[in-house]
Amino acid sequence: MEQTTKDHAELAQEFNRDEDRVDWHDETLWFIRAKRDKAAHNIPEWETLREAASQIKNNVLSNLHNYLQQFEKNAIANGVEVHWAADAAEHNQIVHRLINEANVVRMVKSKSMLTEECGLNEYLAKNGIEVIDSDLGERIVQLAEEPPSHIVLPCIHKKKEEIGEIFHQHLGIEAGISDPQFLTETARQHLREVFLTRKVALTGVNFAIAETGEFVVCTNEGNADMGAHLAEVHIASMGIEKLLPERKHLGVFLRLLTRSATGQPITTYSSHFKKPREGKKIHIIIVDNGRTVQLGRKDFRNSLKCIRCAACMNTCPVYRRSGGHSYHTAVAGPIGSILAPNLDMEKYVDLPFASTLCGSCSNVCPVKIDIHDQLYKWRQVLVKAGYAPAAKKAGMQAMTWTLSSPGLYHMAGKAGRWVLKHAPFAVNNKLNPWFKQREMPTPPEQSFGEWYKQNGKKK
Amino acid sequence: MSSREKILAAVKANQPDSTALPDLSVFETTEQGSLQKFAEVLGTIGGKIAYVSGYNEIAGIINSQYGIGVKIVSPLKEFKELITDNLDDLLSIHDLHDVDVAILKAHFGVAENGAVWITENEMAHRVLPFVTQHLAIVIDAATIVSTMHQAYDRISSAIYGFGTFIAGPSKTADIEQSLVIGAHGPRSMTVFVLNANSGTAK
Repeated sequence: MEQTTKDHAELAQEFNRDEDRVDWHDETLWFIRAKRDKAAHNIPEWETLREAASQIKNNVLSNLHNYLQQFEKNAIANGVEVHWAADAAEHNQIVHRLINEANVVRMVKSKSMLTEECGLNEYLAKNGIEVIDSDLGERIVQLAEEPPSHIVLPCIHKKKEEIGEIFHQHLGIEAGISDPQFLTETARQHLREVFLTRKVALTGVNFAIAETGEFVVCTNEGNADMGAHLAEVHIASMGIEKLLPERKHLGVFLRLLTRSATGQPITTYSSHFKKPREGKKIHIIIVDNGRTVQLGRKDFRNSLKCIRCAACMNTCPVYRRSGGHSYHTAVAGPIGSILAPNLDMEKYVDLPFASTLCGSCSNVCPVKIDIHDQLYKWRQVLVKAGYAPAAKKAGMQAMTWTLSSPGLYHMAGKAGRWVLKHAPFAVNNKLNPWFKQREMPTPPEQSFGEWYKQNGKKK
Repeated sequence: MSSREKILAAVKANQPDSTALPDLSVFETTEQGSLQKFAEVLGTIGGKIAYVSGYNEIAGIINSQYGIGVKIVSPLKEFKELITDNLDDLLSIHDLHDVDVAILKAHFGVAENGAVWITENEMAHRVLPFVTQHLAIVIDAATIVSTMHQAYDRISSAIYGFGTFIAGPSKTADIEQSLVIGAHGPRSMTVFVLNANSGTAK
């Protein structure tokens, strides 16, 4: 997959070239947001549930050291092998080793944003291992050689005609078919063959229970189960933050997760894996990859409470109009923009600025992460650490200089009004980012200061 | 230092001061789960419901619905006459790939989301409820609970190797948000409810 050096604004601009598509993308995601609202409003105790989920996750983060060990002990007692990976590279190497040990060169994988974060598919491809993604949306973007643009709906940016074309090229259907029913049936037949012939299956983990050592995987399609139950070896990759203390806590989270994500009351399948099948193997890889660093950042550790429902993306006015790919990171949208700078401040410096700070994300978050506050705080951290773009830095310096001197301030105001009035071409051009998709305002005749001098004393 | 030690040490150094778990008793209810609600929600997620007098009626419905020439399996002894293939004779789970109908008993249903809870012992094979083209589930009307909190109270510390909530047929809306029933798992799910007319269940 293509590595990009463009920032969010540049990538969003590319996405915005096709205005109809942007409107369609915007409306589709808002439709999902509306379904979420309907589902939430059907539960009178919704806010109590959010608060409970938030408190459970706070407890998890504050006792993670114990829970991780408790989970490991119980999982091992269940006959599961537990591995620990400090970073993406180690995670990928462990997966590769397990595939080698199984003596195969092909693997089927259900949705795991962690493996996207780790770049697992690319790594395995380089090592001669074929990975097939089995979630329909993920399979589509995989065939298109693109990353997912949304964590729940990986190909939400694609039109059905484009998907028909991809299936025409790769799965041999006739050209010009765009019926979702037909396309889904095509993928079903294609992937059934895959499920029945792969000996190693990798899944993500939605929740892991310290008390019992079991883990829960949620899907609508049944692809995680088809892969895992037909394989000899099941590898489950999880971040350290996926833990819940007790099984009964799932009651809170399974009520919140899918209602927040798609407005469904629950996913079709909520599968609890505890022990491997007779004679088969389950491996769990517990991954850090920067999470312990984030845990140490007081202002940002709450981001680790995320359960990946994507409600913050569906509601975000910036995400809806800029598309998931503009975030150039595995987890897009508001939550991705507070997770990514922890991994690489320089590379993701643009993301906390890709927000209006309207706060809608925080209002829909099922575990009450203060997302928009964290976006605001990241901006300050990034600028102080010297990562702000040169133009922004220069602009801010000029503003500081101007605002700290009343004389300069008045002069600059006058100059601005004069330019807008007598030389509008100086600002109404492409070099001025404020002019993009906007008309510049008509300048007032005088500043408030000047007006007050004239009128303030009258009475 | 191994990665395990490194990660655990970093977690210990960086985790905040311990906070308490919330009291989940606020979600407790003594209310019996509503079968009507269960049926309603199951309908909205693409599942079907049939109130039946007993196993014979279920066999009759399945016979008339799927006709002859289909592969029907079930670990339930009540369907000895109905099944076309015996699960005990299975050489490999991959031989389940062409099952048309699987009939399984679930522990209970959940009114708020139309899901049923089923564990490995009732599946015969873990893959069976997923690989079958059509899934038929048998539950007793008296087992409906109202919410997921009650569901986990009921599961409590039950021992299982694998268990799953199943809510309707497999589905996807990955293509332009158009709902398509029958993604990778069953194309239909029918819940057969026993004893719906006895007592206050309905």
